[in-house]
Amino acid sequence: MATTVHEPPKIERRPDPRLTSHSGSGGWRNLVPADGNLRAVKDYSPPPASTGIWVVLFAITMTFAAFTSALIVRKGSLDWRHFTLPSVLYLNTLVLFASSITLELSRRRVATYMGGVRNQAAHPARWLYITLFLGLMFVAGQYVAWLQLKAEGFYLATNPSSSFFYVLTAAHALHVLGGLGGLIYVIRKLSQSALRRSTLNATSHYWHFMDVLWLYLLLLLWMKL
Amino acid sequence: MHDMSAHAVHHHAPPTSFIRKHVFSLDHKVIGKQYYGLALIAVFVGMVLSWLMRIHLGWTNYPIPGLHLLSSNGAPGNVMTPEYYLQLMTMHATIMVFFVLTTAPFAAFGNYFLPIQVGAEDMPFPRFNMMSFWVTFTAFVVLISSFFVSDGPTLGGWTQYAPLSAVGKVGGPGEGTGVVLWAASIGIFCIGQLLGSLNFITTTLDLRTRGMSLMRLPLSAWAWFITSCMGLTAFAVLMPGCILLILDHVAGTSFFVPSNLVINDQLQPHSGGSTLLWQHLFWFFGHPEVYIAIIPGMGIVSHVLITAMRRPMLSHRVLIYSMGALAVLSYMVYGHHMFVSGMNPVSSLAFSFPTLIITIPSTIVVLIWLGSLYGAKLRINTASLFALGFISMFISGGVSGFFLAQPSIDIMLHATYFVVGHFHLVMGVAAMFGIFAGTYFWFPKMFGRMMNETLGKIHFWLTFVGAYCIFMPFHYLGMAGNVRRYQAFVDDYTQRLIPVHQFITVAALLTGLAQFIFLYNLMHSRFWGKPAPDNPWEATSLEWSTPTTPPPHNNFGDKLPEVFHDPYQYGVESSTGDYVMQASPEKVKSAHEEA
Repeated sequence: MATTVHEPPKIERRPDPRLTSHSGSGGWRNLVPADGNLRAVKDYSPPPASTGIWVVLFAITMTFAAFTSALIVRKGSLDWRHFTLPSVLYLNTLVLFASSITLELSRRRVATYMGGVRNQAAHPARWLYITLFLGLMFVAGQYVAWLQLKAEGFYLATNPSSSFFYVLTAAHALHVLGGLGGLIYVIRKLSQSALRRSTLNATSHYWHFMDVLWLYLLLLLWMKL
Repeated sequence: MHDMSAHAVHHHAPPTSFIRKHVFSLDHKVIGKQYYGLALIAVFVGMVLSWLMRIHLGWTNYPIPGLHLLSSNGAPGNVMTPEYYLQLMTMHATIMVFFVLTTAPFAAFGNYFLPIQVGAEDMPFPRFNMMSFWVTFTAFVVLISSFFVSDGPTLGGWTQYAPLSAVGKVGGPGEGTGVVLWAASIGIFCIGQLLGSLNFITTTLDLRTRGMSLMRLPLSAWAWFITSCMGLTAFAVLMPGCILLILDHVAGTSFFVPSNLVINDQLQPHSGGSTLLWQHLFWFFGHPEVYIAIIPGMGIVSHVLITAMRRPMLSHRVLIYSMGALAVLSYMVYGHHMFVSGMNPVSSLAFSFPTLIITIPSTIVVLIWLGSLYGAKLRINTASLFALGFISMFISGGVSGFFLAQPSIDIMLHATYFVVGHFHLVMGVAAMFGIFAGTYFWFPKMFGRMMNETLGKIHFWLTFVGAYCIFMPFHYLGMAGNVRRYQAFVDDYTQRLIPVHQFITVAALLTGLAQFIFLYNLMHSRFWGKPAPDNPWEATSLEWSTPTTPPPHNNFGDKLPEVFHDPYQYGVESSTGDYVMQASPEKVKSAHEEA
């Protein structure tokens, strides 16, 4: 794959609204000036993926906030039994963090690549594949953690702490799988030379958010309140 | 007008195959019509269920011919069992709240008209938009399928209070598979609405055409935008609640089931769960949901009324800010549904204050409507009549909210028909009137034909009078102490109220029949109605500037419109008459001060 020669993807330039304009040129950064002279409008509105990703992240935050409030309420009951988290989780955390670093490396290379600099030793997709692999490693690692817990006799319904452990890790893993789907989409678009920078940025925002979310969940599950 | 050759974000070519054109369409207009169709089917199912309940309440133990076909267990000898009554009640509420009041005013009209009103050629993520509808449709199929499982649908009410909803079959008929199907359906529905909200928000923020500043958006577009922000927050919280409920059911966890719970002489194996936790998760969604149902109606009605009044509202901005305030406050008041739940009384007090405060933006909205209507030369048509009906219902139903907001009064009234009357008027009927106003107003643009005005007006008057006949007596029943959710009234004091129930039942049957006039008008006009001109109501917003009626696949043809005016420039002197279109570059004399 690294030896394949690809056409550089399309460069998403900032359109000059005086020359070209598209649906969206009245976007939120683009208020009508007081004198009503629309030709003087300089700024352009962001591609929807740039806004959309924050909308998605907000919804995910709300979902995990709901889970958190349920966990806090449930921790207050007498039958809560705190258990030691499987050690593989810490390794998984490192893997997920590493995947964020590789994605960031990849993002920068794609940006350079999009800028027309093509004498790179490797095609930028390489780092995306590594990110994809690390993401899969993380999900597999979470599954190993489940197996370890199962071996210790902690099942979904054993006690509330194990219930929340399985629910939160499963919900997070599903979101990570969604992110992997996003990465595959990015790789496909890159190979077709049709990747938009906004799509790549949105995917990387999502992926980094999965890191932060995981760190938060780990802390939540690890803490003895 | 400007060239949109550089526009590439969401462009897709017109579909050619039948499947892509009508079934798995990416076109927001087709998706909007699909949502409308789903809501139409759902509302008639929900209405028939309410008929069955009403007949049973008026004439308990009277056999309803053919009822056993619906459920042989639930209606042996065509007589409804108490459990079956509750099952029908649950399904009526769930279908109406989720699949009618959320889908029609928000998802259906919003999908069709939001992109056009902002001047875009489609939503930014058409595939998500298509998924949004089909996911919602799947949710409806899952819900309806619970009629066909062995012990029927759940009987827990649309609120599905734990612990009975979380313990399985021991909780009663339908509390096994029925609850799982219910929770799965609602969880799936949440995904559909989250995808929809994502599209609505990004459409409004990013796809506005040149010149379309936020304050130049029509009030309907604002209402959909505010609603989508609420949907994003509310549905994202209900979904985890549904997941936890299903796990309590099928995996034996104890999120919502407390220790030492004995149901039907059986000790439940769960321990330590919190029943109030479910109520918090549910109502954090549930209260905003009633605003998700009504705010699009407020926007639609304002839009329709302004066109009929030929002048803008007293304050465009204040109306928008008030709808925004309603949205924010709706998250702070949800605990008023839990005054009688055993929650800490201090919490009740804390939830009571914002509940009283939320009446302020509601009142401001109503006063702006009334103040704007004062002295207006209103063009009376079916759409404007339904808009007036909306205001009437909203006030009548809203006034009882002042009483219910106070815990001391609510404790007495909470479990009575007073609350049933309150929420049906303010949320159910008012929102339905918003849907009707929108239908009569936008039908010409959606289908290129006019609806029959005479039939429309007959439909309005029968529905308007009928709705009051049904729901006003509920308040009297409640004050007389008639408890709700009971399937029959055998106590001395409630037996005397049965004639009132019989009156309501007759009113409900007749008002329901009147809806078939609407259905006939809708279907007949769709194919044989008078061809509609491009702008039959002489309205100003962008949906009336499309090159054809219905709009072409990309809404505006080769050129996207450029916006030069506030949305409601009526009562001015222009070349078109007393109004100037948003997309018209014409400078007009005595234009209203631009926002």
